[in-house]
Amino acid sequence: MANGESEVGADAPAGGFVQLLTPEGERIDSVTTADGATYSVDFTDDEYRELYKDLVTVRRLDAEATALQRQGELGIWASLLGQEAAQVGSGRALRPQDMAFPTYREHGVLYTRGIDPIMPFGLFRGVDQGGWDANKYKFNGYTIVIGSQTLHATGYAMGVTMDGKTGSPDGEAVIAYFGDGATSQGEVNESFVWAGVFNAPMVFFCQNNQYAISEPLERQTRIPLYRRADGFGFPGIRIDGNDVLATFAVTRAALDNARNGQGPTLIEAYTYRMGAHTSSDDPTRYRIASEVESWKAKDPISRMKAFLTKQQLADDTFFGEVDDAARTLALDLRERVLAMPDPQPVSMFDHVYPNGSPEVDAQRKQFADYQASFEGSAH
Amino acid sequence: MMVETITLGKALNHGLRRALENDSKVVIMGEDVGKLGGVFRITDGLQKDFGEDRVIDSPLAEAGIVGTAVGLAIRGYRPVCEIQFDGFVFPAYNQIVAQVAKMYYRSMGKVRIPIVIRIPYGGGIGAVEHHSESPEAYFAHTAGLKVVTCANPTDAYVMIQQAIASDDPVVFFEPKRRYWEKGEVDLDIDLAGAYPLHASRVAREGTDATVIAYGPMVRVALDAATAAAEDGRNLEVIDLRTLSPLDLDPVYASIRKTGRAVVVHEAPGNLGLGSEIAARITEECFYSLEAPVLRVTGYDTPYPASRVEEEYLPDLDRVLDAVDRSFGW
Ligand SMILES: Cc1ncc(C[n+]2csc(CCOP(=O)(O)OP(=O)(O)O)c2C)c(N)n1
Repeated sequence: MANGESEVGADAPAGGFVQLLTPEGERIDSVTTADGATYSVDFTDDEYRELYKDLVTVRRLDAEATALQRQGELGIWASLLGQEAAQVGSGRALRPQDMAFPTYREHGVLYTRGIDPIMPFGLFRGVDQGGWDANKYKFNGYTIVIGSQTLHATGYAMGVTMDGKTGSPDGEAVIAYFGDGATSQGEVNESFVWAGVFNAPMVFFCQNNQYAISEPLERQTRIPLYRRADGFGFPGIRIDGNDVLATFAVTRAALDNARNGQGPTLIEAYTYRMGAHTSSDDPTRYRIASEVESWKAKDPISRMKAFLTKQQLADDTFFGEVDDAARTLALDLRERVLAMPDPQPVSMFDHVYPNGSPEVDAQRKQFADYQASFEGSAH
Repeated sequence: MMVETITLGKALNHGLRRALENDSKVVIMGEDVGKLGGVFRITDGLQKDFGEDRVIDSPLAEAGIVGTAVGLAIRGYRPVCEIQFDGFVFPAYNQIVAQVAKMYYRSMGKVRIPIVIRIPYGGGIGAVEHHSESPEAYFAHTAGLKVVTCANPTDAYVMIQQAIASDDPVVFFEPKRRYWEKGEVDLDIDLAGAYPLHASRVAREGTDATVIAYGPMVRVALDAATAAAEDGRNLEVIDLRTLSPLDLDPVYASIRKTGRAVVVHEAPGNLGLGSEIAARITEECFYSLEAPVLRVTGYDTPYPASRVEEEYLPDLDRVLDAVDRSFGW
C-alpha cells in the first residue's frame, strides 16, 4: 500500500501484509488496503487444485535438485524451499505476453512459464550456461550478479512503452525478481529511478526471504522494503509471500496496472528461506532452529492443503495423485540430469561472438590441434 | 619463533587478526564477513573477538563497501574490504578506478586512502559463472593502485599485513583454489625484515628456461619444473607477487641466464599481464633471448562451464609444451 497499514493477521509483520489464505487454511474473501484497492481471487475448483499441484511439483523438483547436489551431480544448487507460493503465485499471475527477469533462485517461476524444468541444471551441473530461449518463453536467463537484472527488466519495459504495447488490457508488462539483499545494490535503486521516471510497465517483485546469505534483513534496511517505493514515486505493497492466493491477486493487479499504463509497483513478498542459501552455505552459523520451526507453521503448501480439505475440493486420493505425479516428474528429471553429458572442451569457444572472431577461431583451432596431440597417449 | 603449518586461508586469517590487534584503526568490511566468517571463512572468528564495529557485515552493495571505505580512510581508518568473489567486484569498479586510484593524485598528495581490497580470484573450484574470473589486468592498468597476489601461506600472512600497513590503496588478489594448501608460517615474523610487498621472487632456481607466474599458477609452474627436471631440463620459476608495479629485475636477470621465458596466467591472454611482461622482456633482454617470449594463458572466451575449466586453465602440460616450443625455436 502506498500509505497506511494493511490487513494484520496474527502472523503478520508490523505494518501488516495482504493475506487471503491463513496458515490454518482459512480463506479471507478479500482485502482492501488503505489506498482503496481491493484484492481477491476468483478461482474455479480446478484452478485451486492446479495451484496446489504447482506448489507440490515445484517443491518436489527442488528437493530432487538438492539431493542431486548432495550426491555430487550438481556443483551447487540454490533451493527455493519455502518460497513456492511467492514464485508460483506471481508466475501464474503473468499473462502469456508478459516478460520475467529472474535471479538464480526462480525455478518455480521458470516452471510456470512452461520451460522444461531441466533447463537450469546445465548451469548448476557445470556443463553449460543455462541457455533457454528467453524471448520464446518470456523468461530471461538466470542472473547471478545481484541486482543487475532489474535494470534489464526496466529497459525492456521502456521498450514495451516505446512499442506502444501499454495502455490496454492486452498490453504487456514486465516483472523483475530479486531478493531482500539485492535492494541494497545501487543498480536496483537505479532501476527504481528509471522505472519511476519513465513510468515503465514494471513490477518489482522482491522475495524477502529474510536473509542475504548470512545477513538478516536489518543489515539491508531500517524500514520495511515495500515502503522504499514511496521515495521513488510509485506504490509499494507487502504480501504474505507464503500465501499463493494473495501473491497471485496482488501480482496480477500490479501487472494489469502496469500494462494499462499506470507504471511500476514494488511488491514485497514476505517469506522465508527454509534451507541454506545455497548448498555451499552453513546456516547454523547465523540462525537458530526455533526461527525455522516458527516458519514451518506458515508453510505455503500445508495451508493450501488444509484449505482444499476444508472446502472439500480435494481428498486423499487427489493428494496422493499429485504426489505421485510430482515424484514421477522428479525421477524423470533425475535420470535426464544424470544423462547430461560433459561438454566437448572445444565448446568453450562457442558463442563468444555471434559472427565469430578471427582470434577466437584461431584459438579454437590451436586448441583442437593441441587436444589432438594427446590422442592415443595416456592423457 | 612460532612456526605453524597452516593453510593459505588460515594464514590470511592470522594476518588479518594481527593487523586488527596492532592498529585500532583497521576495520574489515564486506558481505558475510562477520558471523559467517566470510564464505571462505577467511575472517572466521574475527568479529567475535573484535566486535561489530571492527569487523562489519556490510549491506549487499559493493559500490557501498568500497565507496564508504574511501570516506573511512579519509577519516583516518584503514579499511580492509572483502569482495566476495572476483566477478562481483564490478559494481565497485567505478569507485576503485575512478575514486580510490585517484584520490592521492587529485589531492596533490594531501589525502591518503590506505584501503585494501581483498578479492578471492581465479578458477579451479568447479563454480558457476562469475565465481572463477581473473580480473587483475583491469586494475593493474590503472595508475594509483597497487595490485598484488600471494601464492603460498607465508606470503599470504606477510603480504596481507604489509598491504594493510601500506599507505597505498592495494588490490589484494587471493588465489582461492589455493586457500586449502598448507605450508609452514613463522607467525612471529618481523614485518619490517620480511620480504618486501612490492618485490617478485625466485621461487625455484634453474638454468635452462624461466617460467614466470603469479598467484594460483605458481604451483602449476613449480610442478612443471619438477616434471621437467625428470627430463633433464632445469627450469627457473619466478613468482611475481606484485602485478602493479611489476618487479621485473629478477626476471631480466633470470632470462640473461636462461635465454628463454614462458609467462603463465589464468586470465585471458588478450591484453593480459603476459603481454606487458613479454614486451618488457623483449625491450630489456633482446640479445639474451634464444626464442620469443611465450605465453600460456586462459583463452579469450568468458570463463567456461566448470566441467571444461580444466581444459581452459593452464596446466602442467601446457607449460611444458610451451617450454618445448621455446627449445624448438
Ligand atoms: C554483486 C554480487 N555480490 C555478491 C554476490 C554473492 N551473493 C550471491 S547471493 C548473495 C545473497 C543474496 O541475497 P538476496 O538478494 O536476499 O537473495 P536470496 O539469495 O536470499 O534469494 C550474495 C551476497 C553476488 N552474487 N553478486
